[in-house]
Amino acid sequence: MSNARTPFIVRFFSATGRTGWIAIALFALLTIVAVPVCHLMFQEGDALFISTFYVTLIGKIMCYAIVAVAMDLIWGYAGVLSLAQGLFFALGGYAFGMYLMRSIGLDGVYKSHLPDFMVFLDWKAYPWFWAFTDSFVYSIFLAIAAPGLLAFVFGFFVFRSRVKGVYFAIISQAMLYAFLLLFFMNNTGFGGNNGFTDFKRILGYDITSPEMRATLFALSSATLLFALLFGRYVVTSKYGRILTAIRDAEMRVMFLGYNPLWYKLFIWTVAAIICGIAGALYVPQVGIINPSEMATANSIEIAIWAAIGGRGTLVGPAIGAFVVNLSKSWFTVAFPEYWLYFLGLLFVLVTLLLPQGLVGLYQQLRARSTR
Amino acid sequence: MLCKLQFRFFSPTKILRTAILLPWLAAIFSMPVNAELIEGFPLDPELVHQLNGDGNKAKTNAIKQLTLLATPEAVQVLTALAEDRLMIAGDSGEILIRMEGEKAFDATSGKEVSPVPEDMDQVYPNNRVRVVLNTSMSILKLFDPNQEIRLEAAKQIEDTGGADEMFLPIMDRVLAKESDSEIKEIITLVKAMIGVKSTDPAVRLSAVKDLGESDNPDIKLKLTEMTDPANEADSSVRAAAEESLASLEQKILIGETVTRVFTGLSLGSILLLAALGLAITYGVMGIINMAHGELLMIGAFATFVVHDFFRDNFAEYFDWYIVAAVPMAFISAAVVGVIMERTVIRWLYGRALETLLTTWGISLILIQTVRVMFGTFNQEIANPAWLSGSVEVMSNVNLPWNRLIIIGFAVAVLVLVWLLLNRTRLGLFVRAVTQNRTMAGCVGVPTARIDTVAFALGAAIAGLGGVALSQVSNVGPEMGQGYIVDCFMTVVLGGVGQLAGTVWASMGIGIVTKLVEGGLGAVFAKVIVLAIIILVIQKRPQGLFALKGRTAD
Amino acid sequence: MNDVTDTSKIKAEASASAPASNKNDVILEIANISVSFDGFKALNDLSMKFMRNELRCIIGPNGAGKTTMMDCITGKTTPDEGTCTFNNTVDLSKLSEAEIALVGIGRKFQKPTIFESHTVFENLELAMKTDKTVFFSLFAVVDDVMRDRISETLKTVNLSAHADQLAGRLSHGQKQWLEIGMLLMQDPQLLLLDEPVAGMTDDETERTGELFNSLKGKHSLVVVEHDMDFVAQLKSMVTVLDQGSMLCEGEMAAVQSDPRVIEVYLGR
Repeated sequence: MSNARTPFIVRFFSATGRTGWIAIALFALLTIVAVPVCHLMFQEGDALFISTFYVTLIGKIMCYAIVAVAMDLIWGYAGVLSLAQGLFFALGGYAFGMYLMRSIGLDGVYKSHLPDFMVFLDWKAYPWFWAFTDSFVYSIFLAIAAPGLLAFVFGFFVFRSRVKGVYFAIISQAMLYAFLLLFFMNNTGFGGNNGFTDFKRILGYDITSPEMRATLFALSSATLLFALLFGRYVVTSKYGRILTAIRDAEMRVMFLGYNPLWYKLFIWTVAAIICGIAGALYVPQVGIINPSEMATANSIEIAIWAAIGGRGTLVGPAIGAFVVNLSKSWFTVAFPEYWLYFLGLLFVLVTLLLPQGLVGLYQQLRARSTR
Repeated sequence: MLCKLQFRFFSPTKILRTAILLPWLAAIFSMPVNAELIEGFPLDPELVHQLNGDGNKAKTNAIKQLTLLATPEAVQVLTALAEDRLMIAGDSGEILIRMEGEKAFDATSGKEVSPVPEDMDQVYPNNRVRVVLNTSMSILKLFDPNQEIRLEAAKQIEDTGGADEMFLPIMDRVLAKESDSEIKEIITLVKAMIGVKSTDPAVRLSAVKDLGESDNPDIKLKLTEMTDPANEADSSVRAAAEESLASLEQKILIGETVTRVFTGLSLGSILLLAALGLAITYGVMGIINMAHGELLMIGAFATFVVHDFFRDNFAEYFDWYIVAAVPMAFISAAVVGVIMERTVIRWLYGRALETLLTTWGISLILIQTVRVMFGTFNQEIANPAWLSGSVEVMSNVNLPWNRLIIIGFAVAVLVLVWLLLNRTRLGLFVRAVTQNRTMAGCVGVPTARIDTVAFALGAAIAGLGGVALSQVSNVGPEMGQGYIVDCFMTVVLGGVGQLAGTVWASMGIGIVTKLVEGGLGAVFAKVIVLAIIILVIQKRPQGLFALKGRTAD
Repeated sequence: MNDVTDTSKIKAEASASAPASNKNDVILEIANISVSFDGFKALNDLSMKFMRNELRCIIGPNGAGKTTMMDCITGKTTPDEGTCTFNNTVDLSKLSEAEIALVGIGRKFQKPTIFESHTVFENLELAMKTDKTVFFSLFAVVDDVMRDRISETLKTVNLSAHADQLAGRLSHGQKQWLEIGMLLMQDPQLLLLDEPVAGMTDDETERTGELFNSLKGKHSLVVVEHDMDFVAQLKSMVTVLDQGSMLCEGEMAAVQSDPRVIEVYLGR
């Protein structure tokens, strides 16, 4: 056990146990070393070649897994079901997308300094909120600050009035819906329902080159692993214990002198920021961001990733994101008309039969076999 | 001759015109004889020949003169002109009225011309002449004994604005004999619109004052023009125009506000119908039914099926398909509700967040099933004829029938639900189970069955909402998704478990949305309504109408 | 986060307003509070004073307003009228629940409220008097001094053997004790205890009585109870509430023989 004199950095990393570190090392080896190497060193036809399709698909799913970890922090540990995580994800994506749009430079269809959709609307200059987005660093900052700030302000008002549980879920969904409508409009400056696309480069490098793909892939993986380490530290800290205490008996926590407002607001804001970062990593990999990322269905689906993997386990939701999204990409090719049936049944069966998720199931089975 | 002419009026193809003109003859002949009025045929030959005169001016002048006569004979000639039956004989140059059965009558004398000349040319009114002719025909209809026809004619004259100063005397005559205030109002307005063009300042002044009495937004532009010294030289007329403009603008504002509040009420009624079922399943039973929107969709599709069935099998009763659709939608949604409750929801009582996720899953399954059955596209649903059209309350306020009926339907459903919950044994059981399940079970209430019935009821009411939605919006598999957020916001704002709260919340959201929409557009209206709801929840976290109560810890 | 400054301000206020023990010092004064729920008057112009380091019992039939009174003191319910003043200076109606806890008022609920998915040890750790801001909690570490305090409290509430057990697995009586232990870890000046011995065995009840008697003099205690034997064991001043107002006040024996008290308990 650590004590007060243990340096913070040691405590941060020792929050994750030995099994966790072995898993992280293996995953890092696979995704940060093996996959990029296979993608870059081998050619089409080689046994070890990993195609662009799979690199993009897995890279995309890793971004989803980051969102699932954030969802677990807020739902699994703090007991706050948010149906707006897709909004923060999309805001991060849009923020970085602004940089990507400006990096197109004069290569757009209309050969203008402005993005094509602005030229189309006959705008002469960038709106004020596009200021500085030509800077890579600023747009990364914006991808963190925009979702963070929105979450902070919304959360402050909603948590302050002690809205929780289902109420919170519904109100967060309403906020998501309002933003969806705003981003769908052409004159809000985000490209309407087409959103941003046709990106050309990041920091001068071609965005579609294999090297860039491999880099983004490794970055997504590193971010996912860091999110898991960070999450593990937070939930095992005293703060994390108070968070679960709030989930179980908020009144008692208040009468012990903790103000649940700030406790919930912190994790809610952090979760939003994590989603924003995931969105910023996602957009250059899939090459498009549009308001459909804010569809209410997407955000509810995030909840099912967390539920199927196992709430309150951090790694479970990440696994859930992989399971659901891999099935989705398989179904939509093999049996497109059955995908919604499968997803719908997944929602029903997981909540009815598998309340602890896959990780919980695994733990139960292991407990039974060791007994 | 006249007999023959009149006989012609009874030909079945012209029955409508007969209805207009025949009784009208009597009205004309009973009028005091005007000094300028020439009784009956013969008409002034010069006037008749002018109809084929040189230039539009001669032609339109002749038309106007004939209109002012307003005799049956003049009407005969003008009608013939309008119906392309006015001919000019090639040999004699006489103007003839051609009749069915290859007969012809002299337009001046009214005598039959026999044999019918071989060589006849049509007196062809070009478009400019036709405009004047149409106005004339409308003005003549103002003498019809049927109030509806007169009113329609008056509106037509007002809309086309084709009447000019020459028609003023006949309009005075109309005003003198007209008893219907609405028609009088319109004609006064038309007169005023003609009057403002007059060269006489006194006429303009009285016309401008008359315009101030109106609430028609179309004349705003004219009045605004009249306040400008560049257009109006007389200062007293300008002052009167200012005054009239102010009074008009006020009336327009009132009219617009009334319209917005009405559309708000209508939107509120739709919200109420959509949210009422949710107020039961969520508010009373504590289930977050994310498939509620899909139950609305099922109601709408049930309507669609009934609609097609009537169209294919009972086309003559098609207009009444909606009446048959109401029970059909009620039952289909209720059946889906029973299946949902029996298979899934009964395991999840007291676990609200879990019901949210499972019912979302169910909603996906329902959407996909409907897609497989009906296709992914929106379906065409025709409104019954009796639901189209509108009621004019003020000249700038028209209330569409379908909206009015939906408001009435919402009220009816609300009353039924209220009676069911508060005046029946079932309602008593439902309230008992939801307040204290264990206790209700102990005193012999069949809790499991009551749960099923209550959930099915909530679903069935959503089905009724679907019937209403099918009349005002697209019917497609995804239609329900757009309503779920609105429905929940309504129930949350009103306060969980409060029917009255749901009513006020839906009307409030509807009206505020429409009022804001007028200025800022639909999207911002939604955003602002959401912001207002979040602020209200700051002050009243349990909703507007939640009861304060003692909670045991 | 903002609450760092907020709570430190309150603590300064609380320590400034807690003068060294003065025998006739009023720790809490309730003045003319009224609360109504949709027409039902739960409290009706109630006024009471609690002395520093006093143990006071409050009894009364169901619906007398005992729990509502505690709700008003701890900020859970805002009174329609009247004020609650702590240490003569702190107006409790202006503070939130958490702030009221920080000025030194601890409360045990009628139904034992503990963190069921935490261990007994962790329950006590979270209750401990310390900086309660987010920032502090994120980096907090349990040191030896804290560990000692926790094991001391574990001993006091007789739960040493269950330190690493999940609190949800405890018996009803043990949960009550754990909650009392959490209150002790808070080290409040005033403890409000709502039915602390409900569901306890006779043996446990007696031990609880002993514990409360030992706390007398170090803390102020307000005990709401239905168990008359237990109240008698505490040998304290007793206040009787009925229909939101004070009926009478005095020694247990005197109160028990008061005809008005007999009437409200038996006469209806």
